[in-house]
Amino acid sequence: MHPALQGIVTIFLGVGGCLAYFYFSNQFIDKVLFPAKGVNAGRNINRANIVRPWLFLAPALFALSLYLAYPVFATLWYSLTDRDKGNAFVGLANYYQMMDDPKFWEALKNNMLWLIIVPAASTAFGLLAAQLTDRIGWGSIAKSMIFMPMAISFVGAAVIFKLIYDTRPADTNQIGALNAVWMQFNGGVGSFILLRALPAAFLAFLTVGSLWLATIMIKGFSSFATILRSLFGVVLVGVAVASITSIYGLFTATLPYGEPQTWLTMPFWNSILLMIVLIWIQTGFAMVILSAALRGIPEETVEAAIVDGANPFQVFFKIKMPQIAGTIVVVWTTITLTVLKVFDIVFAMTNGQWETQVLANYMFDKLFRGNDWGVGSAAAIVIMLLVTPILVWNVYNVRKEMRS
Amino acid sequence: MSNIAGSKSSLQWVVHISVALLVMLWLFPTLGLFVSSFRTADQISTGGWWKSLFPAEQNLTLRSTDPDDAGAQMLIDGVYVVEGNLFKAGVDATISVWGTSSRAIDSYVPGDTAELKDGETMTVQVNGDYVWTGTTEMTGRGQRVFATSTTPPEFTFKNYKTVLFGGDSTDGMTKAFFNTLTVTIPATIIPIVIAAFAAYALAWMDFPGRALLVAFVVALLVVPLQLALIPLLRLHLGVGIGKGYLGVWLAHTGFGMPLAIYLLRNYMVGLPRDIIENAKVDGATDFQIFTKIILPLSFPALASFAIFQFLWTWNDLLVAKVFLIDASGQTTVMTNQIVELLGTRGGNWEILSTAAFVSISVPLVVFFSMQKYLVRGLLAGSVK
Repeated sequence: MHPALQGIVTIFLGVGGCLAYFYFSNQFIDKVLFPAKGVNAGRNINRANIVRPWLFLAPALFALSLYLAYPVFATLWYSLTDRDKGNAFVGLANYYQMMDDPKFWEALKNNMLWLIIVPAASTAFGLLAAQLTDRIGWGSIAKSMIFMPMAISFVGAAVIFKLIYDTRPADTNQIGALNAVWMQFNGGVGSFILLRALPAAFLAFLTVGSLWLATIMIKGFSSFATILRSLFGVVLVGVAVASITSIYGLFTATLPYGEPQTWLTMPFWNSILLMIVLIWIQTGFAMVILSAALRGIPEETVEAAIVDGANPFQVFFKIKMPQIAGTIVVVWTTITLTVLKVFDIVFAMTNGQWETQVLANYMFDKLFRGNDWGVGSAAAIVIMLLVTPILVWNVYNVRKEMRS
Repeated sequence: MSNIAGSKSSLQWVVHISVALLVMLWLFPTLGLFVSSFRTADQISTGGWWKSLFPAEQNLTLRSTDPDDAGAQMLIDGVYVVEGNLFKAGVDATISVWGTSSRAIDSYVPGDTAELKDGETMTVQVNGDYVWTGTTEMTGRGQRVFATSTTPPEFTFKNYKTVLFGGDSTDGMTKAFFNTLTVTIPATIIPIVIAAFAAYALAWMDFPGRALLVAFVVALLVVPLQLALIPLLRLHLGVGIGKGYLGVWLAHTGFGMPLAIYLLRNYMVGLPRDIIENAKVDGATDFQIFTKIILPLSFPALASFAIFQFLWTWNDLLVAKVFLIDASGQTTVMTNQIVELLGTRGGNWEILSTAAFVSISVPLVVFFSMQKYLVRGLLAGSVK
């Protein structure tokens, strides 16, 4: 059968089958199993109402359990067994094997970098875009332009950015925007300002900012959040230290002016360039959510602050930011989830070469190229472990919400 | 927002400029792909796409027709004349200045007549038409003309012809396009039906364990897809579904289910209680309430999820690679086709950019026409 025809048949069978199931199963309990007449009418109605929710839920629960819940445990089991030894239980052997693999540590290190940079940058850009576009008449058009990359596939975005990072030989015209810009630098005053002084200023700002945030994080003591906050504080201190060393590096490095660079083969920087793709996509998401949160702030609070003589920056940081802190956390965690699962971008652009490996691609590599299901499953479990704190946090919040 | 209290910020123009810069920065990458897809391979390699939007000024060395060519030279009123156009047929360029020596390429403006040796003259017009005269019969090669010319931006649909109607299996996207469509539509519609019933039960039916089930759905919302690959592939191979459309439809249905239930439940919970209770008092069954009241009222949420699921299944690479694409390559989808093109034709930007643009054009159309629902869904779908 032609696939398109098969598709149409599937739609009819799928949709029709579901509707028929719901209709006839309802008819069955109402008319046959527990008919609402005769001596037991009252009892039967109650019984039917006890069963009915499960009729409505059954197909969905089946799909959820089979396609998402079961695999978590199955993968955990596979990570503890060896396929070549007839699925024998091998304990943590796969994990040990994975930990001996330098590629795994490279992937983990890169994933940590992604986890710090992408959510932070996307949220920051999103907040900036939301705050700016809300103040102008053509803001909604601007918003949909910034939001648009959300519709573009990771693979499409990879092609788009590969064109930007493209390299041509030195004596020909550069068709990649990044190299075209790079070739404009010649080591003069302009290059010094743009490539050394400005980045250094930004890093200095980052150092001060993260140290300031770190003191707030570590100072505050509350019951549950203490561990989380101090963890966050440690990360911030790490960011500050990294920024200071980078400032030193900025002024001592010799830059190869006038030579086109093959950007995607430069370790560390190529990871940053891949992250830019995801930041480009996710900023729109952050902007949309944060913009709604900003508009939800009661106007009286802002008005009162302005009347009291607050300047726009004070209004933003002291009045608005605290009120949208919850939303920022939501945006941050949602992007974090996307980052942990990022696969397509790395797969399409570098396939993990030149030290750009990430966990999801490492796992795919082990599974389908190395055919090593044990280590692949172990890598998947590592991703699951990284997701678990967010999972627990979300479930905790929903439970709290439902109780209230 | 901060315009309130009558303090229209004096920095308003800074905001306008910043937003304009931000929008340009965000559009620039996509625009590059779009423009490149309308250029030929030669044009792409001559320079960045941003230059192609403006008329290009180049210094050219052109040559008139050789006077020895048959019929090129005519004797009119005792003067030997060679006439023609310096540019190849179809080139639409304008000459701003020209000269007959490589040391002075800007001696004349169009319309001027240059005096050459042996009493010959050369007249060049803006569009490249020239008249070359001599008192004696001219021999040898044609006269060289150095011209600074401006060529207008030039674009072509040739790439789209190759990619869409080429029929060539390596570059052609037609098959992949229809395969993607075949994957996407059932994978969008079926989860909606299943999830809608479950969402109704979780929102409006009272039964023990309901809160626990909601928590279960929220937990599954964040389970990474990566965990599902091996067990499900094994399952599919084990029960005989194997790799194919059925497998990918089932997989997408399962993976889309948590978000579908979560989104629809959140929306249905917010529907007015009165309507549902009135209907119950009037003797409507749950099934009737669901199909006659809840479903029509939930249209915005259904649309939101449909867009999400459509974008996600259309743009997906991982699930298709694991559950659909087999060794025969007959069931390739567009994202996979593009990744393969990146490998085999990494430098052929005219094919790559066109193929990529074909694949992102459908989501872009959906995005711009149904943005309202997408935004609504995003706002409802992020766990608060």
